Amino acid sequence: MTQKKDVKIHVPVLARVEGEGALELDIENSQVASVKLRIFEPPRFFEKFLEGRDYNEVIDTVARICGICPVAYQMSAVHAIEHIFDIPVHPTVRALRRVMYCGEWLESHGLHIHLLAAPDFLGFANAIELGAAYPEEVKRGLRLQHVGNKLIKLFGGRSVHPVGVRVGGFYRLPTRSECDAMVSELKAAVEECAQLVLWTASLPLPEDEQEFTSVALQHPEEYAMNEGNIVSSLGLSVPADQYQNHFEEIQVPHSTAFHSHLHGKPYLVGPLARVNLNWDSLHEPVQQLLQKTAIDFPSKNVFHSVIARAAEMYYALLEAIAILESIDLELSPVNVTPKSGVGYACTEAPRGILWHRYEMDQHGHVIKATIVPPTSQNQARIEDDLRNALNKFDLTKSDEDIRLHAETIIRNYDPCISCSTHFLNLTVNRKCGES
Amino acid sequence: MRIEKQIADSSPKPTLAVHKFTSCDGCQLAFLNLGEALLTLSELVDFTHFAEAGPVNPEASVDIAFVEGSISTPDEEQRIKKVRENCKYLITIGACATAGGLQALRNSSNMDEWRAAIYPSPEHIDALETATPIKSHVRVDFELWGCPVSPRQTLAAVRSLLSGVKPVLEEEKVCLECKRLNTVCVMVAKGLPCMGPVTQTGCGAICPALNRDCYACFGPAENINTFSLTSRLHEIGLSAEHISRRYWFINNFTPEFQQAGHNALVANKHDSKERR
Repeated sequence: MTQKKDVKIHVPVLARVEGEGALELDIENSQVASVKLRIFEPPRFFEKFLEGRDYNEVIDTVARICGICPVAYQMSAVHAIEHIFDIPVHPTVRALRRVMYCGEWLESHGLHIHLLAAPDFLGFANAIELGAAYPEEVKRGLRLQHVGNKLIKLFGGRSVHPVGVRVGGFYRLPTRSECDAMVSELKAAVEECAQLVLWTASLPLPEDEQEFTSVALQHPEEYAMNEGNIVSSLGLSVPADQYQNHFEEIQVPHSTAFHSHLHGKPYLVGPLARVNLNWDSLHEPVQQLLQKTAIDFPSKNVFHSVIARAAEMYYALLEAIAILESIDLELSPVNVTPKSGVGYACTEAPRGILWHRYEMDQHGHVIKATIVPPTSQNQARIEDDLRNALNKFDLTKSDEDIRLHAETIIRNYDPCISCSTHFLNLTVNRKCGES
Repeated sequence: MRIEKQIADSSPKPTLAVHKFTSCDGCQLAFLNLGEALLTLSELVDFTHFAEAGPVNPEASVDIAFVEGSISTPDEEQRIKKVRENCKYLITIGACATAGGLQALRNSSNMDEWRAAIYPSPEHIDALETATPIKSHVRVDFELWGCPVSPRQTLAAVRSLLSGVKPVLEEEKVCLECKRLNTVCVMVAKGLPCMGPVTQTGCGAICPALNRDCYACFGPAENINTFSLTSRLHEIGLSAEHISRRYWFINNFTPEFQQAGHNALVANKHDSKERR
């Protein structure tokens, strides 16, 4: 007769992710029976208290959804509102918003690679231990993250919850001399950043090819950030206002974050999805650098996300330099006249597409807001990945080994749990058939 | 021996925990955004618990506990008590921990309705009726205001404790910082509805420096005259509802701003009666 044994591993808080979550794993006869990524980030009801706020208050409010990617929230909101008011985005504003977004990509990616992800790949518990063994690499990462923060500060006064963005443009544009000083700092970081890309490619990343659908914004003339159609590796291409016709949010009992599906199935958003779909729009030096790594994009190994992230930091540096060097800073004030209506916008947050919808009255006050953050979009994909990857993993290994591998998989997605407007400890329930 | 002195004398070095409750994670970035200074700090103190940075020991005894976020779930109510028991010195960081934060806006709403409006199955959402500051639950030794707090504030607090002295409270108004920075007053010069006269500084007066009005993300300053500011905002042309929204924003749950927002609405009702 078969004796059944339950094994439980409980880890109270998942480390090195932004926000709080947990994982529950049921293993039966050395096969994964069920995976539940529990996101217990307390709900904050942002969509409700946006109601009644006026258009510029919305920009300051949504920043508070996420301390790590406030610019992304401001960008999706400002574009959705300008869509309602029929305000065309001035080319100077458009270019400078791109630069500000580059700052956030540098900051957020730099933070994730060095403080959150790299310790996993090199066998350290955290960045402080990693820093003792790889001091130069960690210092380089912190410097690049810092340059990103300075870039955000140039437009917003501070890097967390910046205050510079408003409907119609910016409250204040940087001066020529401020831009020049910034360009020198960015240029000084280029070579270090190229080294970073090669370093990420040299990390002992797990080999794990899987089938998945990539989803990202795509723009014919540039690596998309604030503008473009939402496209998928299966051939979807729709503007932001048709998002809800193809993507669906589902509430699952084990999580305060919604799961998102594209045509009923999980999908990937974020740096790897973007590089996979938008390779052609990367600057040539970025492509050349990636070609040196001998990794082929599009890639089916989600662990290549860390390389894609570093490549996007390199892209962000080059893009910010190119724009700030040539930008004409003369700009007449934009007239903002509120209108009633519904507006949509989708932009590329560091972790993937961030979709906003606002309904406003004639005074420019919010009637209804809907926000779909990237982490809730990746959540179903993460569960899929865990099922696939752990079934390939030797599940007779110790609970500790399984836990570490599962955490590595989750952290690789850079889940930003705080962002889950409406989003780990680990429990393994093991039923072993023993003869 | 004074508690600050005890912390400074901790051997081999003082231990530090960073705990997260209901928040956006932005105040923890005051540590994670330090750049290379983060490595220097990790030589001066031992980060015992800081989940986002790696170390997870939520129940370990520490000298200093930094607490981010407000209390908004039954679990958090229990957890904050343990944090208090396990630390010598508790410092709240940011508007959520210190004053309840933006999410405290739900305290004056119907939570069941809100839950049902957002979640198809609201029964799975375990949240308290209110989001409240840490001091409503346990004793707090020092408060750092701001949404978000800046590295300047957190480092100054750590440095003070490492030197065995109590950290210094900054309670003066944004206006004073504008004067020191030579920033032209946006309320006087441009008629913007600036909240600087009632808001404490610590942010570096960045909003007026960017040609915009302060929106009070650092909370009420000492000795404020909200009555006077409210009448000025009326003169500038703001409606009573708009004025109350100015107070009921990031630090809506502070007694000063609660009252001022309420007064702005009530005063308006009296005015309309008199006119009739």
